[in-house]
Amino acid sequence: MSTSQTFTPIAPRPSPTATSGWVNWLRQNLFSSPGNTATTLFLLALAIYLIPGVLEWGLFQAVFAPSAEACQAARGTGACWGVVSEKYRVILLGRYPFEEHWRPVVATSLMLGGLVLSCMRAFWKPWLVLMWIAILAVFFVLMSGGVMGLSNVRTDLWGGLPLTIMLATLSIFMAFPLAIAVALGRRSELPAIRAVCITYIELVRGVPLISVLFMASFMFPLFMPQGMSIDVLVRVVIGITLFAAAYMAEIVRGGLQAIPKGQLEAADTLGLSYWQTQRKIVLPQALAMVVPSMMNNFISIFKDTSLVTIVSLYELTGALSLALNSDVEWRPFKIEAYFFITLVYFLFCFAMSRYSLWVEKQLSASKAR
Amino acid sequence: MAPVTPPPPKKNWSLNSKATRGVLYQVIALFLVVATLAFLANNTQANMAARGIPSGFDFLSAPAGFDIGETVIEYDPEQSYAVAISAGVLNTLKVAIIGIVLATLLGVSIGVARFSRNGLVRGLSYGYVELFRNIPVLLQLLMWYLFMVEVLPDSSESWNSFDAFFLSKGGFSMAWPTAGVGWGWVWFGALLGLVGAAVWRRRIHQRFEQTGQDGDRLWAPLALVLVLALVGWLVGGLPTQFDMPQQLDFMVEGGASATPEFLTLLIGLVTYTAAFIAEVVRGGVQSVSMGQTEAASALGLTPQHTMKLVVLPQALRVIIPPLTNQYLNLTKNSSLAVAVGYPDVVSVANTTINQSGRAVECIAIIMLVYLTTSISTSIFMNWYNARSAIKER
Repeated sequence: MSTSQTFTPIAPRPSPTATSGWVNWLRQNLFSSPGNTATTLFLLALAIYLIPGVLEWGLFQAVFAPSAEACQAARGTGACWGVVSEKYRVILLGRYPFEEHWRPVVATSLMLGGLVLSCMRAFWKPWLVLMWIAILAVFFVLMSGGVMGLSNVRTDLWGGLPLTIMLATLSIFMAFPLAIAVALGRRSELPAIRAVCITYIELVRGVPLISVLFMASFMFPLFMPQGMSIDVLVRVVIGITLFAAAYMAEIVRGGLQAIPKGQLEAADTLGLSYWQTQRKIVLPQALAMVVPSMMNNFISIFKDTSLVTIVSLYELTGALSLALNSDVEWRPFKIEAYFFITLVYFLFCFAMSRYSLWVEKQLSASKAR
Repeated sequence: MAPVTPPPPKKNWSLNSKATRGVLYQVIALFLVVATLAFLANNTQANMAARGIPSGFDFLSAPAGFDIGETVIEYDPEQSYAVAISAGVLNTLKVAIIGIVLATLLGVSIGVARFSRNGLVRGLSYGYVELFRNIPVLLQLLMWYLFMVEVLPDSSESWNSFDAFFLSKGGFSMAWPTAGVGWGWVWFGALLGLVGAAVWRRRIHQRFEQTGQDGDRLWAPLALVLVLALVGWLVGGLPTQFDMPQQLDFMVEGGASATPEFLTLLIGLVTYTAAFIAEVVRGGVQSVSMGQTEAASALGLTPQHTMKLVVLPQALRVIIPPLTNQYLNLTKNSSLAVAVGYPDVVSVANTTINQSGRAVECIAIIMLVYLTTSISTSIFMNWYNARSAIKER
């Protein structure tokens, strides 16, 4: 005889405490413990104390019209963004002749367009190199003129954002191959070549950029054969390039060191020569590995171009002083103008660092199994 | 059967052998380097002769003839260029050393704040890092300088707290113990206390290593320093004089003071470098895998002990090399002093170039100074790194 078991449901367990949703996010991140709550309340109080004043100064009481009188009247109570609306052309383009301003604008847009295209994966093709040669040629023709009915503009009149972007782009382009050569040299088995490369890297990395720029501006003229003079812009580009290449070389070396020895041995077994091994096996892997630090380096080169203002080239930072220092009417509102170019620099650098994160993601996607 | 050893490779000086080509490449490379350097040196010499620029370091003993805004050592324009440049070097070292200490404190706090349980604190520290590292340091310095000379009140009406701290366009001043025998005893006592504290901690550590018994590593040494300083104060005859800054008609006088240029450079470099140090610290802590923390709590370590004995030693190994780089960067960035008028070595050398025309020599001096500081900092940090590295069998 079998005892029949009747099915008796037990009471369902309570559902687990929800951990998603914004209420729970707040609970976990802002009010999880008494100390946490106190911190949150303190910071909120601080924000309530500070933010209205900032908004009042920067927005509600601010003067946007390019009128020096209105700005003077609002002094101390509101920001004078009028200085930007009045002076933005000089700040962004420097001393470039006023009626020719379309030329740097077109040239720089072209270059920025090229940079944006180069950032997209679909355009990573061999013809990109040709495109860049074309872009650079058009850039220099447009900027300096002297052909096709364009009036000639000397390089000491170039300035502002075009100069910043040009200095950064050119130095990066020229430093990159040099850096790869020096990094390979530093890892070379030939002692003399290794010694030369190590000396170069350590010498440059040990000194500040400003001393390299001083050298470019004071000493390069002495280096040249008599009667030969090189434009100051070219000298500065060479200086930044030599400086940037040493740092980049160390980054590339980091990548080279991370390549497992087996890869080199396998290449040897296949009978590849030194250069074939480097070109087909080592560099593609090493360079892909160092993209994030390379992007960081590009960002610092972009920021470092601001130093050329110390050797009297008027890129973005220098153009601002140029625009305001001699203008008694607008000089009191320099701080607002500084905020403006800070924003410009920040946008460029922040975009680059975001892009670097994206590239990193792409690279790790290729490694995922 | 004896193992067959392959015959040693014969030296073969044909162009196809790797060794020959290696030697050849090196000879070519060395020749190119030497030729370039000789070409440049030759041109330089010819140019300098043609322009009548004298060369050599003999100018260093000539009187400098320009004043320096602030110096650590006694200096007046009668003294030689050598003294002027040394004053500049000391100014560079002053801002670099104070800057490194402050930037480490600020950077580590912000880096740790990135792991806070409070969302607002995390967000703020992230915002700080992104904001400060994406703006050129030169621009930040210029803005701080503008803040110093435009926003702060005139030195005739300084911001004043407790009559002990003054801040104005003229700089920052604060009350400071008057130099003298009395306070000297206090400093001496505190120093003695520091030595005693170090010995105490060492003993505790040795006992811990031998017996596993831990002792008080914080409060007792701290008390020792304070008590000995107090004893020094009693021995020194209870000194109470402070050198108080005074608000005069057009300036603030007395006390310990810092010029606006120094403050600008210090604040600018510290806030900028701290953003990078925060990232270094974050990377270091993240590099210690979660399993380590879990294993530590499985062994019954408290969170404090987990941090101190498990996470930190491993994180430090990752943190130290990039941290050294940041210290060197701060030192090199201090050369931007020339933009805000702080008389560091670059700005003194720049004046010297303009006055004496010895560009080659002065730039060589600048580079030598920075190379020396860079190399000595990295030697020190390598030593520290070797000490903090995890000893493997």
